[in-house]
Amino acid sequence: MLILDKLRLLGQVGLELLMSLGRSGLFLTQLLIRKPQFKRSFPLLIEQLYFIGVLSLVIIALSGLFIGMVVGLQGYNTLNGFGASEQLGQLVALSVVRELGPVVTALLFAGRAGSALTAEVGLMKSTEQLASMEMMGVDPLWRVIAPRFWGGFIAMPLLMVIFSAVAIWGGYLVGVVWLGVDGGTFWSAMQATVNFNDVVNGIIKSIVFGGVVTWIAVFQGYDTVPTAQGIGLATTRTVVYSSLAVLGLDFILTAVMMGGW
Amino acid sequence: MSNLVNIQGLYFNRSGRTIFSDIDLNISRGKITAIMGPSGCGKTTLLRLIGGQLKPKRGSIYVDGQLINRLPRTRLYEIRRKMGVLFQSGALFTNINVFENIAFPLREHTELADFMIRDIVLMKLQSVGLRGAKNLMPNQLSGGMARRVALARAIALDPELIMYDEPFTGLDPIARGVIVKLVSDLNQALGITTILVSHDVKEALSIADYIYVIASGKIIGQGAPEKLREDKNPEVQQFLRGLPDGVVPFHYPAIDYTQDLLS
Repeated sequence: MLILDKLRLLGQVGLELLMSLGRSGLFLTQLLIRKPQFKRSFPLLIEQLYFIGVLSLVIIALSGLFIGMVVGLQGYNTLNGFGASEQLGQLVALSVVRELGPVVTALLFAGRAGSALTAEVGLMKSTEQLASMEMMGVDPLWRVIAPRFWGGFIAMPLLMVIFSAVAIWGGYLVGVVWLGVDGGTFWSAMQATVNFNDVVNGIIKSIVFGGVVTWIAVFQGYDTVPTAQGIGLATTRTVVYSSLAVLGLDFILTAVMMGGW
Repeated sequence: MSNLVNIQGLYFNRSGRTIFSDIDLNISRGKITAIMGPSGCGKTTLLRLIGGQLKPKRGSIYVDGQLINRLPRTRLYEIRRKMGVLFQSGALFTNINVFENIAFPLREHTELADFMIRDIVLMKLQSVGLRGAKNLMPNQLSGGMARRVALARAIALDPELIMYDEPFTGLDPIARGVIVKLVSDLNQALGITTILVSHDVKEALSIADYIYVIASGKIIGQGAPEKLREDKNPEVQQFLRGLPDGVVPFHYPAIDYTQDLLS
């Protein structure tokens, strides 16, 4: 009887997971196949780019600076042991452009903008704002969700570029200004080894992460149980699912980009 | 056609619980029809079914001759422009002020110039007595004011049908009186067909032309207020008189009390 109960519970959890995946898939499809209304959507998109992108700039830039400085310091100490400290520029740039930039930006984005999106949409649902919009003949998927989704999708790669630039500058501050690595060597090593593909691959990663994190965030808000506890749980789920999705997808994308798959 | 809303054989269930079991209901044009019943009997669900936000399991819901539960999404959104809904919470958009809340449906559905939208918004606010509050944010409004603003927003597009979801709940006597007057005035002045969902007997009976009483998924009583007051059905009388125990029991169904204590 106990085993049967556990099997039943397992089945129930599995079914709920599949249903949630189905709902989120339908939700994304409805978002993507919508007929664009550029003239009316543009101001809404700009507004969301401000809330999602511009207001995330400080945390992204500061994190980029500190991460670049740490990579610079760790890299210098390691490379110096082999007498190769002039390769610091290469190490910092490749680490940041290929991996740290897209991944850390996405994780910070999930924590800052993703959770805010879920809480905002969830609260709009629980206070019947989405329902009232529907009853006014205005589709909330078009009016509320789509600008937020596309705002996140566009903001993420831009934030990643800013993060990477600031991180490289942080590495430069530690390596060149503080520890005395030659500035010309720092930049030339970077120029010689970082190729265009590295930059493009980093941007591709951040575009994928932007889409996935924002999709998770708006869906969790839209699908939340409209109670205080429900919104809290949905916000937590956004951060957890987004972080896991980013790390998992990063491995898959890296493997594909390096030709290992 | 004298009925704006016509419901036939409506069956709806949720989470294994039957909410409506084959009910028939008509809403006359230009009249105030009250839907009454105890909490949890499905009054709000009925409004959502009429608005097409929920689909019935069986039966048909016609609004202005259109079978609402079979309409494609775009047609459904079009017909909703003829409806106004006053939600229990007001459901004002919290990130914009009172003026913009009322301008919202006008900006979404019309190409009117800004000065015309301004005039319409001011007229709507004047009709609910809140023109002076146009620059306030929703969190600066009292419960009664928020509901009046929501009412102004609901009538912004001059709907043919307006649905009130528990408009008197949680209001002080003055605010309650104001809402009663507004519901009645809007119906009489503009001829808007009105569906009033409420469990406030006194207020509903004072303004409704026709009343349906719903309980346990069925319509247990209907008629004009004076006719309903004389209804012999004990369930209707228990509801109208607010008796704590009767056909609708005080206790939620449970196993025997003694057995429960000793188990």
